[in-house]
Amino acid sequence: MKDIAIILFASSGFDKAAQGLTGAARRLADEAGAKLRAIVVGATETVAEVARIADTVVVAGQPEMADYQPELCLNALTQICREISPAAVLLSNDTYSQEIAPRLAHRLAGSAVGDGIEIRMQGDTVRVVRQVYGGKAQAVLEMKRSPAVVWLRARAFAPAPARAAAGEIAGAVLDLKPDQRTRIVERKREETGEARLEDARVIVAGGRGVGSRDAFAAELQPLAEILGAQMAASRAACDAGWAPATWQVGQTGKKVAPDLYVAIGISGASQHMAGISEAKNVAAINTDAEAPIFKHCRFGIVGDYRKILPLVRQKLAAVAK
Amino acid sequence: MNILVCLKQILDPEVPARDFHIDPAQREAERGAANLVTNIFCENALETALQFRERSGDARITALSYGPATAEETLRKALAMKADAAALVVNDGNPNPHPLTVARVLASAIRRLGQFDLIMLGREAGDWGAGQTGALLAEELGVPCVAFADSIERAGGHLRIRRQTEWGWEIVEAQMPVVVTITNDEHNVPRIPKVRDVMMSYRQLLTKWNASELGVDAGDGYYDVTDLFIPQKETRCEFAAGDTEEERAGAFAKRLAELTSTL
Repeated sequence: MKDIAIILFASSGFDKAAQGLTGAARRLADEAGAKLRAIVVGATETVAEVARIADTVVVAGQPEMADYQPELCLNALTQICREISPAAVLLSNDTYSQEIAPRLAHRLAGSAVGDGIEIRMQGDTVRVVRQVYGGKAQAVLEMKRSPAVVWLRARAFAPAPARAAAGEIAGAVLDLKPDQRTRIVERKREETGEARLEDARVIVAGGRGVGSRDAFAAELQPLAEILGAQMAASRAACDAGWAPATWQVGQTGKKVAPDLYVAIGISGASQHMAGISEAKNVAAINTDAEAPIFKHCRFGIVGDYRKILPLVRQKLAAVAK
Repeated sequence: MNILVCLKQILDPEVPARDFHIDPAQREAERGAANLVTNIFCENALETALQFRERSGDARITALSYGPATAEETLRKALAMKADAAALVVNDGNPNPHPLTVARVLASAIRRLGQFDLIMLGREAGDWGAGQTGALLAEELGVPCVAFADSIERAGGHLRIRRQTEWGWEIVEAQMPVVVTITNDEHNVPRIPKVRDVMMSYRQLLTKWNASELGVDAGDGYYDVTDLFIPQKETRCEFAAGDTEEERAGAFAKRLAELTSTL
């Protein structure tokens, strides 16, 4: 049985996504009777964390690997994967993983598939379930070439418990040639002041119905503060310039998995719902009782959020006391 | 400078879920009454290219599509938006091509069309959403790839590309040739072509090939769709009850408080 490999970028830490990815891969390896081999790009405490769950950890800790550069990283990962020769290579759905996965598959003469919400192995056959048509349908894809390089909606998967014995850790032996064709020269983190939207437990999101940039600040932000929530927006609101692009949730934005998602002035078109299909609870405020969002809600209220939110905030403040 | 923008025609993703049906035997969506539209990220890519040309002056933009004969509409619209040239590879016998086939067909067409410094695609399509074509095309052409960009500028002999990450953004300096996949941003909302330009676009020359003429090796598969289905998800919404708005808002707030206190 060939092994299962995972690729983790140490710069993200052993966050919810890394834990979900490792958990999914551990279960897949156990079911298949295969070894779980982790590849960590950059050397940090992530290595020790993942060693508690994986059978082996290969660390690409070379100084030139510390800051992600697409061409160099792809080259290094290709070398490591050729060495391991796994049946499947699993990645998370962060920017770097998504950018690199199809190219890695191409170099390994394998097949790639992305945004997987379920992965199964039967013998050497890898099948992946993913949403298509903006979440309106789901497809099961059978990978025809090996390895299967799969990026998963990692936060949706449960973590795996630590094992009794830690996996063996080794440094990757790499032949790295400088590649100046592309170079990331500036990295900017938007100051959300919080963790990533993808990791948020509570999210307050606004859509077209919110109506203005000011309303996001004056009406939605205070609710988010009371609930300890992070802010998000639909594509319509982002395109209108009412909210930054980093807030965008949906098929074309972020895929989030909070415990509670409060949708305000969001109709619930399938493109938006594709981004919140892993949310445990959805609540909505909308003027239209027939809005599709209510079909996905645990609870909701029909009405104008401008009238409702001040009352809701008042009530929540009273409860807090 | 030569820019190539790849565009895909898809079933209108705005079609409501109740009007969306699939053909289980073909494992593909049914066209039904839905319109065919250009994938939005592809239009974002074209818009980004047009703005690049407006700033730098000397760029020439070629639009390329691989799809059914109806994809000509997508290219006519690209010409109306003021792309300089357009080429269509008609898919004559490969329903549901997988991303590797698409990349190989595009690569073959690109080699026929000439030399390009910058090749732009949407980050993914609103139908199957595989999000792989740009990356695979870069590999087929043997050039680097930058994903999720929202603006591109010229800086001396190379490009300065701004791209979105889950944390914020990054600036990538890239030598040419390079493949760049484009995501949406408030600055690259596609322009609406003028009526006159739409009419003019039908008089412009459009290069047309059949995919079978290009002699592309589709290989022995990439992935197969073994099942396609519409998931049944039933959630009952509990609507906040009460005689007045204040009561209803209170009931809603109570549920929010209950739920967040147990988290």
